[in-house]
Amino acid sequence: MNLARVMGRVVSTHKDAGLSGRKLLLLQPVSAELADNGAPFVALDAIGAGAAEVVIFVRGREAAHAFLPDEVPADAGVVGIVDHATLSD
Amino acid sequence: MLLANVIGHVVATAKHPTFDGFKMMIVQPVNPEGLPTGRQMLAVDSVGAGVGERVLVVVEGRSAGDAVGNRRAPLDAAIIGIVDRIDPV
Repeated sequence: MNLARVMGRVVSTHKDAGLSGRKLLLLQPVSAELADNGAPFVALDAIGAGAAEVVIFVRGREAAHAFLPDEVPADAGVVGIVDHATLSD
Repeated sequence: MLLANVIGHVVATAKHPTFDGFKMMIVQPVNPEGLPTGRQMLAVDSVGAGVGERVLVVVEGRSAGDAVGNRRAPLDAAIIGIVDRIDPV
């Protein structure tokens, strides 16, 4: 898992049926200090995240497990909304 | 598995129910000498690790799921041990 900021929402009308009714979010990965960290990508929302929120995302096939029992063709998913991240020192 | 230092934690009230009852730690992978190697990541803690401890992290979904007792959990990394020491052989 890692942290990202929600940059936007991807609208796709013509898509896999497994994505129907699901929200696609454009994410900017960030460090624990919330600095941009890597290239933006798209993840399927499992939690109801919105604009500018810092979220926890999962990569890989495991991301699809967040939508069970539905089987979805996703390789990245948002599984949490961050209240705060604390670093030692 | 990776060696990593626990450097912080993340609090998320809105999250997938799989994560209920588990802490989400920020870990920094390190080499055997304890120097940072690669990017920080988030890992679910299944062993009660604390900030500042050296830990073992599985970075693969099914193994991470096993650590929380659910192979179909939407997570891709988990802390599965606290390292006491590394003995040279």
